[in-house]
Amino acid sequence: MNFKLKIWRQASPNDKGQFVDYEVHDISSDASFLEMIDILNDELVEKGEDPIAFDHDCREGICGMCSMFINGHPHGPEAATTTCQLHMRKFKDGETIVIEPWRARPFPVIKDLIVDRSAFDEIIRAGGFISVTTGGVPDANAIPIKKEVADLAMDAAACIGCGACVAACKNASAMLFVSAKVSQFALLPQGKVEAKDRVKSMVAKMDELGFGNCTNTYACEAECPKEISITNIARMNRQFIGAKLG
Amino acid sequence: MTKIDSKIPEGPIAEKWTRYKEHQKLVNPANKRKIDIIVVGTGLAGSSAAASLGEMGFNVKVFCIQDSPRRAHSIAAQGGINAAKNYPNDGDTIYRLFYDTVKGGDYRSRESNTYRLAEVSNNIIDQCVAQGVPFAREYSGYLANRSFGGALVSRTFYARGQTGQQLLLGAYGALSKEIKRGSVKLYTRREMLDLVVMKDGRARGIIVRNLFTGELERYSAHAVLLATGGYGNVYFLSTNAMTSNGSAAWRAYKRGAYFANPCYVQIHPTCIPVHGEYQSKLTLMSESLRNDGRIWVPKKKEDAERIRKKELRPRDIPEEDRDYYLERRYPAFGNLAPRDVSSRAAKERCDAGYGVGPTGLAVFLDLKDAIARLGKEVIKARYGNLIDMYERITGENAYETPFMIYPAVHYCMGGLWVDYELESNIPGLFVGGEANFSDHGANRLGASAIMQGLSDGYFILPYTMQNYLADQITVGPIPTNTSEFDEAEKDVQARIDRLMAVKGKVPVDTFHKKLGHIMWEHVGMARNREGLKEGIKMIQELREDFWKNVRVPGNPMGINIELEKALRVADFLELGELMARDALHREESAGGHFREEYQTPDGEAMRNDKDFMYVAAWEYKGDDKEPALNKEELNYEYIEVKTRNYKTA
Repeated sequence: MNFKLKIWRQASPNDKGQFVDYEVHDISSDASFLEMIDILNDELVEKGEDPIAFDHDCREGICGMCSMFINGHPHGPEAATTTCQLHMRKFKDGETIVIEPWRARPFPVIKDLIVDRSAFDEIIRAGGFISVTTGGVPDANAIPIKKEVADLAMDAAACIGCGACVAACKNASAMLFVSAKVSQFALLPQGKVEAKDRVKSMVAKMDELGFGNCTNTYACEAECPKEISITNIARMNRQFIGAKLG
Repeated sequence: MTKIDSKIPEGPIAEKWTRYKEHQKLVNPANKRKIDIIVVGTGLAGSSAAASLGEMGFNVKVFCIQDSPRRAHSIAAQGGINAAKNYPNDGDTIYRLFYDTVKGGDYRSRESNTYRLAEVSNNIIDQCVAQGVPFAREYSGYLANRSFGGALVSRTFYARGQTGQQLLLGAYGALSKEIKRGSVKLYTRREMLDLVVMKDGRARGIIVRNLFTGELERYSAHAVLLATGGYGNVYFLSTNAMTSNGSAAWRAYKRGAYFANPCYVQIHPTCIPVHGEYQSKLTLMSESLRNDGRIWVPKKKEDAERIRKKELRPRDIPEEDRDYYLERRYPAFGNLAPRDVSSRAAKERCDAGYGVGPTGLAVFLDLKDAIARLGKEVIKARYGNLIDMYERITGENAYETPFMIYPAVHYCMGGLWVDYELESNIPGLFVGGEANFSDHGANRLGASAIMQGLSDGYFILPYTMQNYLADQITVGPIPTNTSEFDEAEKDVQARIDRLMAVKGKVPVDTFHKKLGHIMWEHVGMARNREGLKEGIKMIQELREDFWKNVRVPGNPMGINIELEKALRVADFLELGELMARDALHREESAGGHFREEYQTPDGEAMRNDKDFMYVAAWEYKGDDKEPALNKEELNYEYIEVKTRNYKTA
């Protein structure tokens, strides 16, 4: 397969940046999207040019590192799939593919397709955990948890922290990410002790870092590679109002 | 040869760890504040250790190579975590988990360490549940278990197919809590390029490269913990993440730390087969699939041939013409035979001409019978995410047609040598998780890697490091402007300058792929004397070629991904040779190390306990000198050493 690529190149955070056109040829339909970029980068290196900088690591859809905005979609056109799990058979031969970084003020571009997502770590540090220390905890089976509740908590906990929700949102809202963590702990008995403080503190941090508001477009849910449900946002809103009331 | 002291406490095996804790030295809270600790790596071992040490009151500096601690490759562990809880009432005990792990490791692990691992396994589950890890539960509300290879009990706890993710996020939460509290300081996008050892022989710091600015930075501490994972990417294609590398461990080795059993590498039996030269990594399909999947190849070579040519579909092969070779060879364990045994059996069938897939290097893993027995919905609930992932990668639907799988490099049992306290032979250098060699012998059982990472990090290192640090309270802050730091930084700078100066024409990945090919062919699933000797020669030639012809474009300052890769591959080109040397010297077959010369008539591994019941701890002697072999003899007091048998219970 052959493709025309329009890729965002930006040398540094302060550089203005621009699209640069590339072409790749004889790509196997079984190649992954990132392997296609690898092939392009090898060609660039052989020509003595600077390869395209992009984040990636596990290449099996779980670390949350890859973050390309492809043809107008975070992680590209295939539903429930990270960029690293996207394969070229999902594209048409000869197609032009536009590749950009996540675009959101709280995720500044560092170079080319790499953005700084440390804001997510800051939100977690604001309370996205249960404050238990190592040791001195009861037997794991001491607290039975209804299977359905554990399953719902797991659905929320499946978030990989990639930031696609923020990139998809016209307001650059982080509500889906924050609500997934808030929900996981709000559902489980272990998390209830700190639930009120957690939701207040995480929402305050999210606002402070410049993420936008949620205006219910559902773009985040549609683009989330782990299919995190928007019902988590509703749950967080209820938690938040409850916490504010007392 | 240096005498190796593994510092195993006296007493019966079940009391050793308790006795250790009763008599270890402690540091009082006021003094803990005066002690600095460096933790490199934020996987399960690194995150849990950094969080626990921070909670205790030490000053911790933690380093990760990615943009966030949550991205470490522990996140990709799928199937589960073992513990001897015996919740299913199927006869599990701490002793049985210990026994299975030692037997699974083919009697090449240290008994006392492995027992301790089994002993603290239950605490891990308690801890993780308290952190809010959403483990799978039964309708009763209690925790669910499933079976894994090498065990006759159900002792594996899991969170769908994302157990590693959930446990790592638990540890990341604990770490985040400590970062917020100020006890831990986080440094992201840093790669450790050297260890700093003082003139008195103690490890006191590291040199890292800031992957954004390209600057070299110095950090000092009273003790250094490496939790930097395994070196599986020496094979280029593996189930490891792209940045997983062996450099931190290799640099420690070159500063004097022993490298133990480097030839023990686990080839995981259930991975998606290789499909092309451009391929960048291999994807694991969780071993949990072997709970319900049956592994087979056609009985007739002509059927296999026609399947390869796509003239037949797997469904066209009638039951009587299928060879369920694991069930045939290992009736007691069947499809749940340990990983090394299962991988070799797949290779044996494919080498004999019965393999399937376009390359003939694949076998089937079939859910057909399980779907008939349990229904599609149950199978979907258990393995839906794996079946979806398989479809994304291969375009095939495993509800309709069996998975095709083949073994791939997955885990390193070998690693830096550590004693009972998880301290290397360099005082003050501790090693945890996959980066050390200690608990799995020559083969690791499924669902035991994450158990070991968390056991080391939550429950062992916080004690043993404190024991070491107790006499460090009067030392005071460690300066970074000493001659040892100067020298280490100068060495790193020289390595970078030398790479930039080559200005060759060949991309780093080309060398990495060539090295991977040599390693897979000569130091892979089956090894032999001639092949290993040839492999060593080929690695040496490739190394020479690398330093003459590698191309590292751009500037060493700022982001330079090719330079990052070149530094790692330069180290892999040395480490690969040590692996081959270790494999050549070990004239027996044990676990993941299969020497073709040493097998039984029916193709099973043949150990040589008389001559090789030891840990091979290699000592660096200089670039132009052969490494020295130190031996730690292994003594089994509590387990009778036998030939591994998975044919009968």
